[in-house]
Parts: sequence; structure tokens; C-alpha cells
Amino acid sequence: MDLRYEAPQTLEAAVALLAGASGTTRLLAGGTDVIVQMETDLIEPRLLVDIKKIAQLREIVAENGGFRVGAAVPGMELLNHAAFCKAWPGVIEGVKLIGSIQVKGRASMGGNLCNASPAADSVPALVAAGAIARIVGSKGAREVPVEKIPIAPGKTSLAKDEIVVSFLFPPRPPRSGDAYLRFTPRTEMDIAVVGVGVSLTLDQGGTCTAARVALGAVAPTVLLVEEGAQALVGSKVDDAALDRLANAASAACRPIDDKRGTKEYRIKVAGVLARRTALAALERARRS
Amino acid sequence: MAKKYHVSVTVNGDDCEFLCEPQQTLLDALRDELMLAGTKEGCATGDCGACTVMVDGTMVCSCLVLAVEAEGSRIETIEGMADGEKLHPLQRHFLELNGLQCGICTPGILIAAKALLAQNPDPSESEIRYWLAGNLCRCTGYDKIIRSVQAAAKEMRGEGA
Repeated sequence: MDLRYEAPQTLEAAVALLAGASGTTRLLAGGTDVIVQMETDLIEPRLLVDIKKIAQLREIVAENGGFRVGAAVPGMELLNHAAFCKAWPGVIEGVKLIGSIQVKGRASMGGNLCNASPAADSVPALVAAGAIARIVGSKGAREVPVEKIPIAPGKTSLAKDEIVVSFLFPPRPPRSGDAYLRFTPRTEMDIAVVGVGVSLTLDQGGTCTAARVALGAVAPTVLLVEEGAQALVGSKVDDAALDRLANAASAACRPIDDKRGTKEYRIKVAGVLARRTALAALERARRS
Repeated sequence: MAKKYHVSVTVNGDDCEFLCEPQQTLLDALRDELMLAGTKEGCATGDCGACTVMVDGTMVCSCLVLAVEAEGSRIETIEGMADGEKLHPLQRHFLELNGLQCGICTPGILIAAKALLAQNPDPSESEIRYWLAGNLCRCTGYDKIIRSVQAAAKEMRGEGA
């Protein structure tokens, strides 16, 4: 079956192409998952819609005291954006782990999210950050928290004609910090056994007033762990709070056994890593 | 017969045109349409870095770029690294210090190392190792590669060979 390639300049044109398509269709951003899936015959698309020529997908702009980042912005471009790196070091830690420098020259957060791998490195950090995805389709635009997008490995809640256009990162209150840590057997070029994102805010006395905790690679999708956040809020992020966080993180896991780790191992590591990630976020919040 | 796409690019400063099918990668187009076989295919899935090239100043795996996407872009490959017969310092030091054995990974590593030195003329050993994490070599054990990059960097900083 022949493949057709289109590179529209506008969102409207891209949505119209998707709405009118029959058969397997894929959006092409960095292509670091899609091209591999084509090359290894996992998918045989009839239509590829390259979204990199659409301005809204490529911009990093200030918005309401926060940032709006285009879903197709390549990782290396984000890593070179000084103001964003300062505001969201945990998101940057996630993006830094998306493959090699070469892969990050192309790979985007939108692609990392929509590929819907449970082990995607930027996604727990995006969820912890409270990033909101702007989605545009033929029925208009909607704003959706990132954690609502992946629904199963390789599957998203997007309709056939919908595109994730950008992510809105809220303004950062004073004394806020975020962090992402992952555990892998190797230090580079590996897939997460467990990944943890934490974002938190302290009051002037050092008490945690807001927190978000997200886990990767321990369930069919990245998880937002409300109980983990509750363990931190109201505390000074002391040992007792960190113990409650570790227990909540381990309790939230619904992992599989695979060559990277057993269920038992992942559950244990999730608790340990949640504690370390919270301490890293805490240190940043104290310094900010 | 699938529709062919007409693509215009510059490769190492020269204007080039080719026809490609939409699923054809930039790696295949460089090797099979433009007959530039210096860029190597290792894994074809973005894991090994053997096919590393620069596209508009960004280091990418050419196996993870579709040729049709490259329209209008500026591509740099290993064929553009030497100045005629005169080897680039990186190439020379790789030869002198045995930074290669079978040579399949070498063009990709040279492109990646050149990109590193362009933005960081004096990288630490650890910075070189992390930068080259996406370039696999199954022969050398990496030490000789690292030493070759360090020696070239030193020469390029004007500190003598």
C-alpha cells in the first residue's frame, strides 16, 4: 500500500488531513518512534502528517507567567532554553533522558507523550509539573491534563483527528522545585525500570503547601499518585513524610515482570526513588 | 509504483537534488541516491549512531529522518570533513591513536565529536563519554576513541599535538 507524506503549514490543514484519512495514519514530529515502528514493520501507515511546519507546535513562549511549549519542539532546543531550564529543572531531567544527543535533536515531548510508552521519561515529569496539553481537532480545542492522555501502552485518549499542539506550564510560586529521577541498570541509553517525577512548593516556614507525584514504568500508563502528594502536603518533608511517600508510591505500582525488573523489585525501587526524588525537589524549592 | 517526491538539499555545501519514496530514510537517500556511502548503517533504529549526520546544524541519526523531510535543509556528512587531501585533526588523531578498528562506527563518531568540539573546545573525559553515549563501538572499548578526541581537541585549541 502506498504511503502519502504531507507537511501542512497550519493546524486547520493538518486536522482536515487527519479527518479525511482512511487506514493507518501517523503524525510525524521527531519520528524517533514512528520511523522505527515503520522500519521494523510494526505499523504500515497510509498517511504521514508532518506537523513540524506548523508554528504553534514549534514555539516556546511565555504565557500568563508560565511557559507554553510546542508539542513538536525538539528536546535539544528545550535543553538550550535557559529560562525554561531554570523554571523546570525536573522536566529537563526527564527530557535529557530521552535517548542520545542525536535522538534528542529530533525527539519531542509531544511525541514522547503520544507514543504512550509507560516508560516514557518526560511524561512523569510533565505530570508532576501539572502541565496541561492543548489539543486541537475538528470539533475545536480542549485543554487536558497530561495524565489523561495515555490510556494504555501505545494508546491515547485522542480522537482520530486530534493533535496535541502544546503544553502549558503554570507559573511557579516562590519556593517551588521539581525533579525527575529514573532507575536503569546503565547510566545512559536505557529504558526506565522505574521513573519518578515530583514537584512541590513550600511556604516561608518550609512546610509543603502543594505537591504532585508521578510514577513511570510501573503500570500500563504513567500514574499520578494523589496519596504520594497527600503524604507531603502539610509536612516539612521530613523522614516521616518521606516514609509515607515511599509507601504510597510502592502501593500505587501495578507493574509487570520483564527483563528489566520483576514486579517485586519495581515496587521496592519505586518507594526508594520517590523518596530521593522528593529530596531533590525539596532542595531546589529551598534554593529558589 | 509509489509516488516519488522531489527533494532539494545542500550536502557539504553543494546543491543536490534527488527523488525518493516517502518511507525512504535520509540515510538511504544519502547512500543510494546521492552515492555518499561514507555514512554507515548500523542498527537502522536510532540506537547505534553510525549514521550520524548534521541537519541544519543539529546532530541526528539519518536513519531516523525521512528523506522527504529533509527538503530545503543543509546536510553535513563525513565526506565534507577533510579539506581535499588534508584530513581534519579529528580524522588524523583517530588514525594516529588507533581510534578505530573495523571503522563502521567511525564516520558517525567523527561527526558527533566535531559537533561537541564546536560547542565545547575543552571537554572533560566524562563530557566526551556522555556526548558520545549514542555512538556505539564494538571494537575499541572506547578508550582510544576518547584519547583521539582529546588529542584533536588539544591541537584545535592551539596547544600543540
